[in-house]
Amino acid sequence: MSMTLEHVNCIYSADTNHSVHALKDICLTIGDGEFIGLIGHTGCGKSTLVQHLNGLISPTDGHIYYNGEDINAKDFNRKELRGNVGLVFQYPEHQLFENDVFADVCFGPKNLGLDKKEVELRAYEALHSVGFPDEEFYSSPFELSGGQKRRVAIAGVLAMKPKILILDEPTAGLDPQGREDILELISDLHRNENMTIILVSHSMDDVADYAERLIVMDHGSILYDDVPQEVFKNVRELERMGLAVPEVTYIMRSLKRNGYEVDDTITKIDDAVEQILKLWSEK
Amino acid sequence: MGIIKTEKLSYEYIRRDDEGNVSGVTRAVDDVSIDVTQGEFIAILGHNGSGKSTLAKHINAILTPSEGEIWVDGINTAEAARIWDVRQKAGMVFQNPDNQIIGQLVEEDVGFGPENLGVPTDQIWERVEESLKLLGMLEYSKHSPNKLSGGQKQRVSIAGVLAMHPKCIIFDEPTAMLDPHGRREVVRAARALNDVEKITIVLITHYMEETIYADRLFVMDHGRIAMEGTPKEIFSQVEKLEELRLGVPQATKVAYELKKAGMPIPDGILTRQELREALKACL
Repeated sequence: MSMTLEHVNCIYSADTNHSVHALKDICLTIGDGEFIGLIGHTGCGKSTLVQHLNGLISPTDGHIYYNGEDINAKDFNRKELRGNVGLVFQYPEHQLFENDVFADVCFGPKNLGLDKKEVELRAYEALHSVGFPDEEFYSSPFELSGGQKRRVAIAGVLAMKPKILILDEPTAGLDPQGREDILELISDLHRNENMTIILVSHSMDDVADYAERLIVMDHGSILYDDVPQEVFKNVRELERMGLAVPEVTYIMRSLKRNGYEVDDTITKIDDAVEQILKLWSEK
Repeated sequence: MGIIKTEKLSYEYIRRDDEGNVSGVTRAVDDVSIDVTQGEFIAILGHNGSGKSTLAKHINAILTPSEGEIWVDGINTAEAARIWDVRQKAGMVFQNPDNQIIGQLVEEDVGFGPENLGVPTDQIWERVEESLKLLGMLEYSKHSPNKLSGGQKQRVSIAGVLAMHPKCIIFDEPTAMLDPHGRREVVRAARALNDVEKITIVLITHYMEETIYADRLFVMDHGRIAMEGTPKEIFSQVEKLEELRLGVPQATKVAYELKKAGMPIPDGILTRQELREALKACL
């Protein structure tokens, strides 16, 4: 279930004098079951890129293959692709519209043309997998809290049983506990269902904690594509792009500068605590 | 009396069914009494649905209390005739910059506020220039706001509020949609307005790191003020904050874990510099 991008270019308003070259010669392979963090400053092309992956935007130039098939070929079934590649937009709760939660989650699979029984089964499973309580299935989606609404919106995409799940800033505007809940949910889907995850985020701490591979975009190009530890070594470059490294990485770097023998590429709190304690016990 | 004073303020959202009968009441703000001094920088924390934004909307009279009272610079906001005085004194910056920018050019957008206050034209342009200068956006005055980055757009929104010469600015999650650089720009702007212009700042946020320079923090839960104190006092209580679905800055978290493991680290560490100094003392 891999996705391959070959020399993909995207130019908005081409042939006018305010054309924007949003994606520049992107070559990328997304393997089965990966957990990818996609980061970059506002306007770097992240959102444009993910909209290419389920065929919402066609490349100006270049090809995108899903399991070896060109998704922009004339006879390719793009409806099926959109079931397989689920895209959760920013603030997905703004797209809730039905009278009750259950009907809202049914909307996606219904549009895939499945029969009623299958649609309801999928909606039920999806709501369960996001941990939504049964007794609230028939409440209005508009009366839920921010975190709950977002769960429902994600369930709506999960009900289409995607193989690849793309989430654009799924934690924006949530409180710290809500952020962790959503990220744990995504991580469970990845672990238990082997779902491929692409997490678009502005939070370096979040991607450091969860992603196995990090892709950094800048001005429409891919600048880094590596494991988080390697990517976060490029502190200066990341800051120049308006990004940062996780706060604990800054802490470890400053300790190292002060002459302590610590690994300054650490990106997780637990690892940092362990190292400092080791240092302390050896003193 | 301070610039903002509330006395047993409560607010109830009333839900109605199709026939207009009351079907439920949510007490979003419950018996809140606070007093904010002119020139103070306060931050309000709390999980989604804790009542932060509802409380904030009372400060510039978008909402008026169901019970209790609120005075802004001595004006009771329930006095309908003085609503515009209240809104001139207390300006609000919202989460999504795209929802609050209306001008074709940056300078027109910033001029919108004072124009509505009936300020003479020549003074409007003076105010626009002065506000954009303060926010470091003067060179963009003839640009279209659509082409700016998230952090820049948000600074234009702040300039728009500033041009109304408010005594107080309320920021309702101004950084939720921004990348790390944009986040720093906005927080820096808020601190500068407080330091230099002595404008009272009320900052609502889910990012704990942004509140460490505030004079006072309020933590809300179920519509009530659950905790109040300096950042040091509040962030020393890691477990209580986690109970309230909140977190602490990463440096505080590392210090807390180290202390739990037996290291002699002081309470209430907020920044990586403080942590480094504390570690130097015991390593």
